[in-house]
Amino acid sequence: MLMPDGLDDLYQEIILDHYRHPRNKGLLADADLQAEGYNPFCGDQVRLTMDLDESGHVHKVGFDGQGCSISQASASILTKLVKGRSVDEVQGLVATVRRIMQGADMTDEQKDELGELEALEGVKKFPIRVKCALLPWTTLQDAVSEYRKTHAQ
Amino acid sequence: MYDVATVRKDFPILSRQVHGKPLVYLDNAATSQKPQAVIDAWVDYYTRHNANVHRGVHTLSVEATEAYEAAREKIARFFNVPAPEQLLFTRNTTEAINLVAMAWASANVKAGDEIVVSEVEHHSNLVPWQRVCEVTGATLKLIKVKPDYTLDFSDLDRTLTARTKLVAITQQSNVLGTIVPVKPVMDAARRVGALVLVDGAQSAPHSKVDVQAMDCDFFAFSGHKMLAPMGIGGLYVKRGVLEAMEPFLRGGEMVLEVTYERATWADLPYKFEAGTPNVADAIALSAAVEYLSRLGMDEIRQHEVALTKHALERMREIEEITTFGPTDLSLRGGVISFYMADVHPHDIGTVLDREGIAIRTGHHCAMPLVRSRLNVPATARASFYLYNTEAEVDALIEALKKTQRYFGNAHARRA
Repeated sequence: MLMPDGLDDLYQEIILDHYRHPRNKGLLADADLQAEGYNPFCGDQVRLTMDLDESGHVHKVGFDGQGCSISQASASILTKLVKGRSVDEVQGLVATVRRIMQGADMTDEQKDELGELEALEGVKKFPIRVKCALLPWTTLQDAVSEYRKTHAQ
Repeated sequence: MYDVATVRKDFPILSRQVHGKPLVYLDNAATSQKPQAVIDAWVDYYTRHNANVHRGVHTLSVEATEAYEAAREKIARFFNVPAPEQLLFTRNTTEAINLVAMAWASANVKAGDEIVVSEVEHHSNLVPWQRVCEVTGATLKLIKVKPDYTLDFSDLDRTLTARTKLVAITQQSNVLGTIVPVKPVMDAARRVGALVLVDGAQSAPHSKVDVQAMDCDFFAFSGHKMLAPMGIGGLYVKRGVLEAMEPFLRGGEMVLEVTYERATWADLPYKFEAGTPNVADAIALSAAVEYLSRLGMDEIRQHEVALTKHALERMREIEEITTFGPTDLSLRGGVISFYMADVHPHDIGTVLDREGIAIRTGHHCAMPLVRSRLNVPATARASFYLYNTEAEVDALIEALKKTQRYFGNAHARRA
């Protein structure tokens, strides 16, 4: 069934798929990085946990939460994209996603690299929902900031 | 005979479209739409009479003052307030309740005292009392909500004690639609000498309110939920209580005599209305109660009961939907909170919006009720008013079915 009025832009197949079949669902115990995000206006909730390998790259990631399809699909996509990245790279990724969700067009390079993130671009046509898409990413930023505070060199 | 088609013609906004569909406005518990008569009253004030009130001898000031006080009288009559000066204008229910918390509770509630609220309160009738308790050392106690979504009055006489100074309770839940019978609370409160504040934000727009028959000490309401503009509401206070209360805000308009050292207070109600008041919106609120009176509050209530009955029946067609609230329609206002399995309320709201249908999604400013009593992160809520129709309820149901098909059939939808 095809939805009229641009709803298919918002609820792209990839988003619905991540919503119904979330990747990396379930929290890691004693994770190296963790944070919890909550949006009081709609009740969306996301918890993120990540473990680093010896070289300081994310090698395990788990999330948990409840909320709308956009927030939970965004979290699921996030868990795929952070894997294998260093903490610095994760930080850069958050900045990139923020820029994209706040209006910047994705470059072809970014589309190649970030793949499914493109599905979230449709959310931009629904400004009220952008905060749903961003919730997991601001939570990721919190996890990185907290990690940096406790692992200051 | 209540003629909803005629009523709708009085509301210009109802003829607009949203995303190419006729607007179906079902978010009335959040705020109501305004009839032309209210809009005209507001425009007329600013077009012809605007001036500051209670000062100046010029014609406009006299006209503005007369219109403002006439509005107070008319609104007072609507709620059967014995004397106009017992009706204080505020911005809304929240400000009215905060007025009581600051002007009355701060002087009358002490460490060891108790304030009683219910589990279904809107944040505006919960958070101010949390603060009063924090500052004074009083204790906040709860009247529980039962599994049938009515309040548990079975041990009121244990909940209310000689230490209870105030019971602050809603007359209708904005989430569940539960209509709260105030009498048992009043009786229990009188037995222990406690005062009673009734939050009428959700009841005043939808049913006849008589503050003398109710016998409450405080009654708070918002204009914007009852056809008036945003920014005007009111507080009724029983005579003896009002006369003993210290001011809420201090400044201009509320003083009798001021020296550099001290001030004395103006007569009621001005003692509680510091600063230039919201004259235009008060006048528009009086036009709103005139409109409501013309239709008849009992007729409005009957119309909403019929809509609610129809909506609850039709919602049963969708098995994934769970509705919250009393099943007995005599205990329920025109509010239906619901949850659809596997579809988050936020997503329901977005799909419905594309169909031109406005509902509310979230925790409805009653976070503890939604999260720890209904045990859902959020609900979707449709709420009706005097201009809604059965056809609009049907449009809601069809859109909900579409939502269910869409999310329930995500993989197959493009096949």
